[in-house]
Amino acid sequence: MGKDRRWFMGKAFGAVATVGAVASLYGMKKTWDPLASVTAAGFTTLDMTKYKKYNHLYIEQWRGKPIFIIRKSPKMVKEMNSSSNKYKKQDEDRDIFIAGSHFLVCIGICTHLGCIPNYRPQDDNFLCPCHGAMYDFSGEVTKPPAPRGFDIPPFKREGNKLVLGLDSPEYQKLVKEHATLNKA
Amino acid sequence: MAHFTKATSVHDWVNQRLGIDTLRRVLATEYWIPKNINFLWAMGMVLAVTFALLFISGLFLLMYYQPNTHLAFDSVNDIIMRQVPYGWLFRDTHAVAASLVFLIIYIHMFTGIYYGSYKNGREMIWISGMLLYVTFSAEAFSGYMLPWGQLSYWAGTVITDLFSLGSLHTAGLVEWIRGGYTPGQAFLSRFFALHVVLLPLAVIGLIGLHFGALRIPHVNNQDGEEIDFEAEAKKYKSGDKKGSKVIAFSNDFMSKDLFIVSIYLIFFFYLVIFHNGFALDPINFVPADPMHTPASVEPEWYFLWSYDILRGFSKNPGLIAFAFAQGIFFFLPFLDRSPNATPASKRGIFFIWFWLLVIDMTALTIMGKLPPEGGYRTTGIVFAYIFIGLWIVFPFITKLEKKVTGR
Repeated sequence: MGKDRRWFMGKAFGAVATVGAVASLYGMKKTWDPLASVTAAGFTTLDMTKYKKYNHLYIEQWRGKPIFIIRKSPKMVKEMNSSSNKYKKQDEDRDIFIAGSHFLVCIGICTHLGCIPNYRPQDDNFLCPCHGAMYDFSGEVTKPPAPRGFDIPPFKREGNKLVLGLDSPEYQKLVKEHATLNKA
Repeated sequence: MAHFTKATSVHDWVNQRLGIDTLRRVLATEYWIPKNINFLWAMGMVLAVTFALLFISGLFLLMYYQPNTHLAFDSVNDIIMRQVPYGWLFRDTHAVAASLVFLIIYIHMFTGIYYGSYKNGREMIWISGMLLYVTFSAEAFSGYMLPWGQLSYWAGTVITDLFSLGSLHTAGLVEWIRGGYTPGQAFLSRFFALHVVLLPLAVIGLIGLHFGALRIPHVNNQDGEEIDFEAEAKKYKSGDKKGSKVIAFSNDFMSKDLFIVSIYLIFFFYLVIFHNGFALDPINFVPADPMHTPASVEPEWYFLWSYDILRGFSKNPGLIAFAFAQGIFFFLPFLDRSPNATPASKRGIFFIWFWLLVIDMTALTIMGKLPPEGGYRTTGIVFAYIFIGLWIVFPFITKLEKKVTGR
């Protein structure tokens, strides 16, 4: 009889402890989630008519990350579309045409390990200071160790404006073409 | 209830209630240490003392440090370094000790590998030691975040980004660890909490386990001799101290240990006061700027060898090679197929393997410091392949090893 009762108490404690442990772990996990105030602030509106200079790197911020914007000059567009461009297909997929110009709009973070590459206007390319990855002016990777081109933030057109953080069919098309990872 | 008698002295009063005589016998006067060991056996005590220095200096830093992204940088570089009397001493002690603790850990580890102190019953000593290494690494990383300088921010970004796990693209996991899209207040606070509470407690617990793991197999010796500790202890206790192969841990062995600790401490405080620059990277004296990556982001010297393995390859293979490099040392006792727990000098080809590993890891450390371009990159990859290759051949060369008999 005593043995049965002890067996019962042992199992009862085991059950309570298991439920408690799972619940506590879940609670602890949730405390580490980004706060609502952080996720709610995740939208940035860009007025694309503001970026007038050709081949100039404009930097904006979205979700604490730098956003690279370059208005491509007619010469750059020609270079991008020429058949001698090794990355023609990728560059054209990544290109965003808005406010009468071709634009690079991307998250300015190296896809290798998250450093911010530097733009070199004289060579029209990006070089990452951390591990030497390189990107062309359309954000396509041209030298490893970066595994892919710059990611493009989810965006929605509103006239001549882009709202970063909002998903759109156009953005999903870029994802389907493997021009970017889905950041939406 | 136990029987208590009227105490004859304070010692007797305490002893009746806490059994301090028994404790002293078990932990000190009858805990036996072999005689044939050299100064490398003092590294454990040197590490314990270095940890104590980290703990004490950390406690005082904690009294002025502000875990807030707006205040952290100034609380370290202005308040602690300039305003608090002797604040610089505690900060530099903490930084120098954090760097030296890894130097001593590596010496301690490679002493263990050289003398075969990880096998034939000593596996738990090795495993608990490796757990300490990993926990100290986590301490080093989390502590690195706290001054919230450029390197804190960017090292934090790069290291947490490793958790996107290459092509698995687990961005959600990275954001969960950071508590935001990029490292910010939530990130700083949680690494602060880990650095000052959870990880030090884990280190203390693991040091207990590490010492406990020594108890049954005893300390190894520099000849790999299998000592009958009971017989030798009996000899020692019967008065034949000269003939016995062992001495008591305390005060006999400790006197030697603490002598070496004294030499170490003189060297240590010489570094703290006159040459502390190596432990503090100048880049980290610029406040964190999320919009600008510093020209060179590299880890402290003690992570360079595995960092060079990581960056040599493209992303996915790099991560796998990095995980391999971090994890493989845990399996050392089980990959070693030889029956010998003797010094490397008596083990033939293992001796060559040992020194190749030391040279290769030193080379990787040097390569990690150089820019990852052109010839440096290629050389780095070659050394990374050699590292992996050494571990692949390890079970085979130790399997071929003949049993060492006679000494």
